[in-house]
Amino acid sequence: MELNCKTVERELTVSLSGELDHHGAREAIRTIERAVECNLPRRMVLDLSRVSFMDSSGIAVLLRGYRRVTETGGTFRVVGVPDQARRVLDAAGVGKLIDIS
Amino acid sequence: MKTKAENEVVFQFPSHSVNEGFARTAVACFTAQMDPTLAEVGDIKTAVSEAVTNAILHAYPDVIGEVSVRVRRLPGNVAEITVRDWGVGIQDVEQARKPLYTTGNEERSGMGFTIMESFTDTLRIRSRVGKGTTVVMKKKITGK
Repeated sequence: MELNCKTVERELTVSLSGELDHHGAREAIRTIERAVECNLPRRMVLDLSRVSFMDSSGIAVLLRGYRRVTETGGTFRVVGVPDQARRVLDAAGVGKLIDIS
Repeated sequence: MKTKAENEVVFQFPSHSVNEGFARTAVACFTAQMDPTLAEVGDIKTAVSEAVTNAILHAYPDVIGEVSVRVRRLPGNVAEITVRDWGVGIQDVEQARKPLYTTGNEERSGMGFTIMESFTDTLRIRSRVGKGTTVVMKKKITGK
């Protein structure tokens, strides 16, 4: 699991790559929280296009990022969702809460 | 009567979270002989990951214990996956199966059993407090 954070004009893009499971979730949550605290983004984009596997631990990561950004008035969006991760998000109904494109 | 398996594999490992990836990949490798689609491989890996993570996180909250995984190939191209632990057990299985219910920490969403149910055909959970939990999932592989 690797994370890459980039901020341009208060838009924070976090790109995840590798396998997002319980083993990697804690570090992902910590990194995202730090990035949000440091940058106070108006918009956050979570890019999953290089995630090769994701289970329900990934949902916890998404929800945490969503809450952190929206509680300070920012917007949150998930992009580049691979098929396997999309099936997990669909099964959990996450699309009702979070903007997934 | 127990259905005779055409082939099977059993493996056991200590409940270190780093073994989650090994467990789901090992099960996916075994089921490759059943000629699954890419989506079916993803479903199996996801369901196994949820079951194994539950065992690692909930069955053994403060200690390292053993987790066993058995995969059987049953007639009709059905994969039967059993994940077993000898941990604390689940007090109320019906409650544990409900979406969003979790006794876990921030890395869990409470959707583990919901996802196991969605990604397999049948899910059975047997648990005894203080003795452990056994999760049995079956999935018919329709193939390519």
